[in-house]
Amino acid sequence: MDNSNLVLRTKLIDRLFHWSMVSCFMLVALSGLSWFFPSLNWLGYVLGPPQLARVLHPFLGIAVFTLLMCMFVRFVHHNLFVRTDLTWFKHIMEVLLNKHGQKLQIGKYNAGQKILFWGIMSLISLLFVSGLMIWRAYFAALFPVPVLRLALLAHSVAGLALILLVIGHIYMGIWVRGSIGGMISGYVSRAWARQHHDRWYEEEIAPTKPLPSKRHG
Amino acid sequence: MGMQSQDIIRRSATNGLTPLPQARSHEQEVAKLIDVSLCTGCKGCQVACSEWNDLRDEVGHNVGVYDNPADLTPETWTVIRFDEREDEAGKLEWLLRKEGCMHCAEPGCLKACPSPGAILQFANGIVDFQSEQCIGCGYCVAGCPFDIPRISKKDNRAYKCTLCADRVAVGQEPACVKTCPTGAISFGSKAEMKDLAATRVEELKGRGHNGAGLYDPAGVGGTHVMYVLTHADQPSLYHRLPDDPHISPVVRGWKEWLKPVGALGFIATLAGAFAHYMGVGANTTDETPPAEPEKELEDAGQGPNDNGRDA
Ligand code: HEM
Ligand code: SF4
Ligand code: SF4
Repeated sequence: MDNSNLVLRTKLIDRLFHWSMVSCFMLVALSGLSWFFPSLNWLGYVLGPPQLARVLHPFLGIAVFTLLMCMFVRFVHHNLFVRTDLTWFKHIMEVLLNKHGQKLQIGKYNAGQKILFWGIMSLISLLFVSGLMIWRAYFAALFPVPVLRLALLAHSVAGLALILLVIGHIYMGIWVRGSIGGMISGYVSRAWARQHHDRWYEEEIAPTKPLPSKRHG
Repeated sequence: MGMQSQDIIRRSATNGLTPLPQARSHEQEVAKLIDVSLCTGCKGCQVACSEWNDLRDEVGHNVGVYDNPADLTPETWTVIRFDEREDEAGKLEWLLRKEGCMHCAEPGCLKACPSPGAILQFANGIVDFQSEQCIGCGYCVAGCPFDIPRISKKDNRAYKCTLCADRVAVGQEPACVKTCPTGAISFGSKAEMKDLAATRVEELKGRGHNGAGLYDPAGVGGTHVMYVLTHADQPSLYHRLPDDPHISPVVRGWKEWLKPVGALGFIATLAGAFAHYMGVGANTTDETPPAEPEKELEDAGQGPNDNGRDA
């Protein structure tokens, strides 16, 4: 693929982290929902019979947490808030209505994506801590019942919030054409980069003009 | 669950839209009445419970008190509690209480349980765990105001007193009632047991136990295991028997409040996303400026040249 029109946006290692985390997350989220909404009990069967789902959910949850922590290390420097994020917030309506006109000074990730990043990272940490606390097989006996009740409530609230955030995240991927393909192949077009992440394009991509090598990862 | 149950009034993790089997719901409410003033702490009830239910807990250690085993376990469904206290006059009192599931009219265990049918409440008032449906999550432990259910390390299932549901179903009293040599435990309809309790309370008051009374806590809708206490004004003297047990507001918030809010959250998020897509259309990229290499674009799985087509 020697193609001067494509630019590498996400390295192979990061794409592997992302999609392996997604696979585990789906199973954890569906089994969690099966307990939270008993009428959706059938969702839990993605992990086998309910007893097995109960055994596997926490282990897969730890896998999600671990992979997300790897992603945290890899992505955090792109997700620190900067002054130009204010421009994006001011023009949020135009962004949502897909009226691209002026440049919004968007870096590698836009301000909405940064909120998503910090939301996911804080919710998974809360899920991890509360999940360990309510884990009957190993740790629940260490905590008094009133504390367990709070941990259960916190785990449910954080689980729901995270799943809703992720639904929003998936929708944005579907809405913005080229982004899911970009997360799979790693490459996006120059036009895509310029349209959605103008400052990233100008600072990181345009200066490196003669770049069309096919280096993955 | 070999036997048919056609008198179920509540089932864990089951919404109320479809009725439960209730053809026999004319059944009378039953109750066990434990008169602590008649208990001598002989533990005959513990033995009878183990014997009838085929439970053989491991022999424990003496931990400095008479309670033995030291706590309820998955294989010990009732334990006599021995609490010493000095009354106002400095006189020693030994307060005994047979601890076990209270068979609440509003069971916190059942409210918390996420596994459909793992906990049933029958028209006669018995709250019974259906172990083969249990997933071992331990939510019932958090839901119960009396700290009763225990999860087995051997099979990851929750266990507690069944009120000898199998004996009661064929018209027998629970094994502990049958065994108790002092007559401290009685069994019958809930109304009969309340009458009996009233008589006993009068007797105790006549003997100077002014605080005597019936423990049938309203916070959980009443219970189907009740106590006659000599200090009914201070239940917590009896090994932390709650003064005012009720389902914790945290558990209610989790099970009653968060569930509809969460469902609304899902509907709003999905509907919002769909409406946005219908109104705004796909956010595509105009690939014309760089001009040449359309072919490779397709190869790379990019969808920008269907610009405008799916909007
Ligand atoms: C990926 C993020 C996670 C999500 C979305 C999630 C979601 C859920 C949900 C919705 C429930 C049901 C709560 C209820 O019935 O109210 C649940 C239960 C539970 N979660 Fe998680 N969870 C996640 C991560 C974790 C982690 C990291 C752990 C452990 C380290 C964990 C351990 C548990 C445990 C122990 C339960 C109780 C059922 C069981 O014993 O398996 N979860 N989770
Ligand atoms: S441990 Fe069993 S009985 Fe207890 S809440 Fe979980 S599924 Fe229900
Ligand atoms: S005492 Fe606890 S385990 Fe027994 S019915 Fe009440 S809430 Fe359930």
